[in-house]
Amino acid sequence: MPTYRPGPVSLILAVLVALFLLLPLLAVVPVSLTPSRMLAMPTGELSLRHYRSLIEDPRWIQSILLSIRIGIVSSALSTVLALSFSLGVWMFQPRFTAALVGFVLLPMVVPPVVSAVTLYFLLTSISGISSFFGYDTWLGVAMAHSVMTVPFATVLILVSLSQLDRRIDLAARGLGAGVWERATRIIMPNIKFGIVTAALLSFVLSWEEIGVTLFITSVNAITLPRLMWMGLRDNIDPAIAALSVILIIITVLVLAARSVITRRPVP
Amino acid sequence: MRDTLSDRMGAALLMAPLLLFLVLAYAWPFLGVVKWSFTLPTPGLGQYHALLTDDLVQSVFIRTLRIAAIVTVVSVTAAYAITVVWVRGSPVQRILAEFCILVPFWISVLTRAFGWVALLSNRGLINTWLQSIGFISEPLTLVRNEFGVIVGMSHFLIPFAVFPLASAMRSLDERVLLAARGLGSSRMRTFWTVFVPMTRSGIIGSALIVFVFSLGFFITPAILGGGRSVMIAELIYLRIFQSPDWGLGAAISVVLVVFVGALMALLFRYVRPKQLV
Repeated sequence: MPTYRPGPVSLILAVLVALFLLLPLLAVVPVSLTPSRMLAMPTGELSLRHYRSLIEDPRWIQSILLSIRIGIVSSALSTVLALSFSLGVWMFQPRFTAALVGFVLLPMVVPPVVSAVTLYFLLTSISGISSFFGYDTWLGVAMAHSVMTVPFATVLILVSLSQLDRRIDLAARGLGAGVWERATRIIMPNIKFGIVTAALLSFVLSWEEIGVTLFITSVNAITLPRLMWMGLRDNIDPAIAALSVILIIITVLVLAARSVITRRPVP
Repeated sequence: MRDTLSDRMGAALLMAPLLLFLVLAYAWPFLGVVKWSFTLPTPGLGQYHALLTDDLVQSVFIRTLRIAAIVTVVSVTAAYAITVVWVRGSPVQRILAEFCILVPFWISVLTRAFGWVALLSNRGLINTWLQSIGFISEPLTLVRNEFGVIVGMSHFLIPFAVFPLASAMRSLDERVLLAARGLGSSRMRTFWTVFVPMTRSGIIGSALIVFVFSLGFFITPAILGGGRSVMIAELIYLRIFQSPDWGLGAAISVVLVVFVGALMALLFRYVRPKQLV
């Protein structure tokens, strides 16, 4: 059976695009090894000083720990909310389902900068009432991140539910299982891969979130992307190159591990 | 009867927490932003009037539309080229293409913008290399201008442009292509007169997604534009934190939402949501 394969012209163009996509990721490697204090190419000599400064400068470590804490809290919150909502939609198929799901997906569709202004309004309003939950607090950032990640978690869980055979649930129901039992003992074990993926994706999205974080933090809740942003805007700090190299390596390893585990193309 | 009642209760109980959370943490504060746009600094339509008359705001709007249009053309074209190989290539080609699409996709916007700074800045890789081979004597200005913004944004958006294209190419009936070839059409002609028209819905979906994303883009233009080619999102940021002119920032946000909403409505008129993913 002959198939329609791309010809030489397509292949050349695709290689050029592939190079364009990979080039900026490769470019940070030599920059991270420069002995210079400024952003520059190494001239002969290589140095690991920028990697060392990541460990020695307490600001980097603090922001990494803060980002992890915020990521865990916001991922837990958005996964639980998304799971509960999706179970409601799947088990009962209420009227206006499309409208409700559409509403939940809004933070994904609205331009991030508008969400950022909205969450800035929310957190500055709360700041008047509470000093540990509003603007520039880690709990405030975690809540804002949950707003931004919950649509993605919901989509992933709804997709895994849509692949589940309804008859399993009907059988459990026919045998007298209650709503709680059906949800926790029948449905959730069957979509656990989707739930774990939703939690992981929420964590990663929170870990990288910068657009909203920039609006709702100033001096206390400095997450890792926020610290990178400050380094990029003022004077470009080559420690960011070292950090970028580490992040890129982690990403490649995780993607490789995932494609080996699932043995299918990553979505 | 009792059953349906408890069903409704169950659905309500399960769905309530998220809906409540989003109403309190998202919908209600958005209305607050709308209120700002009408009340700050003085009540009235002053901020919307300023949007229509202020030269700075106007030029930022026009620049944003121009950059978004260029980025859309560049991203969709580049995405098309690599998607053809990802969907139709040999198994090895497919894996390589997938790697090149997904690795950047999962890397944060800051790291990617920084990578372009490392490549394009005056002491970056490209200028260093061009100077060392004696091709140029003064470094080229490749970043902190519109060129840098367009390059960085296209790089970020190509993977997003790939997905609708890939789904259109996957659902296409291969026999039609083989029939065209069998009837003597050249490879080029089959591509332009059969393949491309059959993936039209993917191209429209992809272009609208990229265009809509470009309008609200913030981080990449702020870093690679270096404050010189400010786009709408950065203007909102500056109005809120540096002026602080919350009313105008809020008004621009409201206009942006309405504009993007209209574009999304257009998207769903021409492309069914299922065809996108």
